[in-house]
Amino acid sequence: MAIVKNDSVIEQEWITVDAEGDLPASDENLIVPLARFKEERDSLLGRNGGLGVQLNPGDAPEDLADDLDRLSIITVNFPAYTDGRGYSYGRVLRERMGFTGELRAVGDVLRDQILYMHRCGFDAYDLKVEGEVALNKVRAALKEMSVYYQPTGDGRVTAQSLRERRRAALQ
Amino acid sequence: MYRYDDFDRQLVHERTEQFREQVKRRLAGDITEEQFRPLRLMNGVYLQLHAYMLRVAVPYGTLRADQLRQLGMIARVYDKGYGHFTTRQNIQYNWPKLDEIPDALLDLAKVEMHAIQTSGNCIRNTTTDQYAGAAADEIEDPRPYCELIRQWSTFHPEFTYLPRKFKIAVTGSPNDRAAVKVHDIGLRMHQNDAGETGFEVMVGGGLGRTPFVGKTIREFIGKNDLFSYLEAILRVYNRFGRRDNKYKARIKILVHEEGIDKIRELVEEEWAQIKDGSLRVDDAEIAHYIEQFAPPAFETLSDDDADFERHKSENRRFANWVRSNVIEHKQPGYAIANVSLKPIGGIPGDATDTQMELVADLSEKYSFGDVRVTHEQNLVLPHVKKADLFAVWSELDKADLGTANLGYVTDIISCPGLDYCALATARSIPLSQRISERFGDLDRQHDIGELKIKISGCINACGHHHVGHIGILGLDKRGKEFYQITLGGDASQDASIGKIAGAGFSEAEVVDAIESLVTKYIDIRESGERFIDTYRRVGMDPFKEVLYGDR
Amino acid sequence: MSLQVVTANRLEDGLVVFLTSDGNWSENINDARIADGKEAADALLAEASAPELDIVIVGPYLIDVEQQGADIVPTKYREVLRTKGPSVREDLGYQAV
Repeated sequence: MAIVKNDSVIEQEWITVDAEGDLPASDENLIVPLARFKEERDSLLGRNGGLGVQLNPGDAPEDLADDLDRLSIITVNFPAYTDGRGYSYGRVLRERMGFTGELRAVGDVLRDQILYMHRCGFDAYDLKVEGEVALNKVRAALKEMSVYYQPTGDGRVTAQSLRERRRAALQ
Repeated sequence: MYRYDDFDRQLVHERTEQFREQVKRRLAGDITEEQFRPLRLMNGVYLQLHAYMLRVAVPYGTLRADQLRQLGMIARVYDKGYGHFTTRQNIQYNWPKLDEIPDALLDLAKVEMHAIQTSGNCIRNTTTDQYAGAAADEIEDPRPYCELIRQWSTFHPEFTYLPRKFKIAVTGSPNDRAAVKVHDIGLRMHQNDAGETGFEVMVGGGLGRTPFVGKTIREFIGKNDLFSYLEAILRVYNRFGRRDNKYKARIKILVHEEGIDKIRELVEEEWAQIKDGSLRVDDAEIAHYIEQFAPPAFETLSDDDADFERHKSENRRFANWVRSNVIEHKQPGYAIANVSLKPIGGIPGDATDTQMELVADLSEKYSFGDVRVTHEQNLVLPHVKKADLFAVWSELDKADLGTANLGYVTDIISCPGLDYCALATARSIPLSQRISERFGDLDRQHDIGELKIKISGCINACGHHHVGHIGILGLDKRGKEFYQITLGGDASQDASIGKIAGAGFSEAEVVDAIESLVTKYIDIRESGERFIDTYRRVGMDPFKEVLYGDR
Repeated sequence: MSLQVVTANRLEDGLVVFLTSDGNWSENINDARIADGKEAADALLAEASAPELDIVIVGPYLIDVEQQGADIVPTKYREVLRTKGPSVREDLGYQAV
């Protein structure tokens, strides 16, 4: 179980809590499900520790519009790799709502989905394998393809813009 | 025709290498079948009844001669000498070995082909009018937009794990030959009041176990805005489409349950936020793609050709073929020649390696190297000089490709059915063969006129039975195959879903049942009426009566 | 009473195979080991589903069969087709040999 971000394995500094139940001490860094965040927003924002929110399939990232700058991290849960709603959440959070904190994919995060997640704005991946193995998987996945047709917010240059540059250079 | 540049080539090359590694990992035991299955499916590799099946994409049904020749080679080297053209304008091979598939994909990549977008819950290979760029009734060639859709939809990072597969079809003609109204998204080119050409966007059509005709979500979207609008629809679908039940996961169910007005509201709201973004395609960009599909170097010809007329009067078989299989071309002196893959009693859509090579040769010699695949499982030589039609037909005829039956009762759409398919509940090919033999007489077929019979071997409806004038659905009843008949379906611009006539028939009974329907139609038709017209005028009852009597 | 055998597709070429008495996989259903009754069938399927076989075959499952003289014949038509090949191409598949 390792989290890979920015080409390295990072420590888990966040406690993900359930929808209900007692919260840990006020100075702990917490990730709460969106539903709980909506219910307990004011008390959660008043805590000393860092705060993050977890989006589950069916949640609306738009619900976080007023609080994005108070969140250090948003985790998006992919309960099964086949449930692709999280890709849309990633793009909406990054490209539309301008979220700049950590966007972490959790759940059934597999090597063959990582490049797509990256292209949709994710910058951290919680994998079900250990350190080096996880890091190597992410590295391999991110360089498996080098041509991109779709303009997304990840900044990778599309084939189309490379073509335009080439045409401009020829003129 | 569109030619790959180095970016397109690089992408397919990387994909091919990626899959080679995945196959290697699988055969070495590094990944399990459970892990490998989605990976192979995303490369068009299914496991069917007898063996693996490789489905190769034919983007918008357009092939160059060298590509079709390569498809023939693949059939010979990696398969058993034939391939099957599908209702998605693709081709599938029935016997490839897993360890050889990476090599087959490499050979395909050499001619700019691949198996991307032929499986999985992604945006599938886009389909269009097989006569694009040739048809006399066309408003504009839809292929430049299809190519742009192909690129936008290939490995779309956001839309590769949709609730279910997603199919887009485009027509550039008011006469819809691409069945756009029974696709997840159907695009129909037309002009708005300002005289600009754009697209009517229809959404939520589809076949399968709950068939629907698509509903118009937007009367008109300009060309520059098409891609942001498509992205808006896909995002709404990806976020809100049902994922709790595989059979309710297509966008048609979302449209049906929420209503088209609600979906329109969501899509417009989404689109408003992205329409001025990076998916807006400017005129120069569009012009660049239109140029790629520029008409070939047609000669300036008279529309009449004396030799052509002479051959028609001297050779009745040729005249018959011209009457059914040759269609008007927009360029004077040229014609569209349809190559039937429905020989009487044959397997619909199958072509041998040598047949593919012959059609490739003919296209090179007579049709600017351009070949099309139709969703009705035939091939097309789209740009043949009328003066060359006799030579083309003579060659086709020698190879059993000259059957004169386009649109006739023996031009049957049939899925592979239980003879090949792991999902099928009954066979469909033998039934199509029996019907074809029963109605094989050409004079009779001509007298019957346009009659579209479509056969599916299970409820998934790959054989489009819901939109057959006569549709046949093969089911399993306590271990026996039986067939349900639907009437009144139509895949054209007047799309409609067929209605079930009544109780099903055994394999032995069903051919007689079809014949009694046809006889009834001949009996009661008015002048100029096709089967579907008569059905629409008189309704189900007269036909039901000949099928069931007092039953 | 109810006789069953295990079938699957071979990983390498996808062809139809049957689990034999000696634990191998044969293209000929007549080589198949027959399980008589539910308990024997469960054991047979468990043997075929062993993780180490994931590198040999894909998707093992039980099918109902009948003994017809020297031949083992599936009761469902779908499975009969799998032992032969496409009914519309008698030149292909096991029936062609």
